[in-house]
Amino acid sequence: MTDKHQEDLMHIRSMMERSSRFISLSGLSGVFAGLSALAGGTYVYIRLKNLGVDYLTSENAYYEKELVLEFFLVALAVLFFAITFGIYFTFQKSKKNNHPIWTSTTKNLLINLTIPLFVGFVFCLSLLMHHLFVFIAPATLLFYGLALINAEKYTFSDIKYLGYLELLLGMASLFFLGKGLLFWIIGFGVLHILYGIILFKKYK
Amino acid sequence: MSIIDKLNKDFESRVRLGIMSILLVNDWVDFTEMKSLLAVTDGNLASHSAGLEKMNYIEVKKEFVGKKPKTSYRVTNTGRVAFKEHLDFLEKLIKSK
Repeated sequence: MTDKHQEDLMHIRSMMERSSRFISLSGLSGVFAGLSALAGGTYVYIRLKNLGVDYLTSENAYYEKELVLEFFLVALAVLFFAITFGIYFTFQKSKKNNHPIWTSTTKNLLINLTIPLFVGFVFCLSLLMHHLFVFIAPATLLFYGLALINAEKYTFSDIKYLGYLELLLGMASLFFLGKGLLFWIIGFGVLHILYGIILFKKYK
Repeated sequence: MSIIDKLNKDFESRVRLGIMSILLVNDWVDFTEMKSLLAVTDGNLASHSAGLEKMNYIEVKKEFVGKKPKTSYRVTNTGRVAFKEHLDFLEKLIKSK
């Protein structure tokens, strides 16, 4: 009899969680997003070095239009790969666990992620327009961190810790303008990979 | 009266437990989503939700989205209180083991 009650309680807990949180997020998505960011960041770093531009000092930061456009495209490519891998691994995981993927939880998660990210995107576009390039890396870290914390209620709540770390990095990088690329690579590359591995191990 | 008798008979079925758990942590949930979360048949969900509605534990809303009928559920205050009590009893039972 008590076994049945115990099972009842487990059933209740699982239903509450499954219906209110998106739990098909795969750790592998994080790892591959991190790898894409590492690749993109390294490419930009090498490109600047070959051009003789010292990214690490904010002075003398004059960039030609073509170069800005190129880096913008690199950023879009990184975003594209990160999202594609993210969707792919998430689909895989939800299929494996036989969980429906397009539920109101999924929509809530996406909306809550998208709002801060979209504002951040517009903000960065304005920075580009005003040639305030040194602020772009800190801004992406800050808005991304806020987006993660905002979406925490709708998926594994551990993503808020990733959010806090991104915010710390973003704030720190504001005081080291010119070293933004370094912070960006740590925040989007290294942290994603580490976090992805932790998530993967924990919820396998 | 033993503690077992205090367990709410209305929540004995797994499907009913599922419906209540889902509604406790969500606002309106529609029929299709409820069905896929619980992995039950249409008829099964319909009869259990009708039972819960009769007890005034849940509220049922029927509307048309375009030409398709759409049924959604929400927990009532009575239902919330009754289910919380049920959970407390379950917990006590397991602890007293």
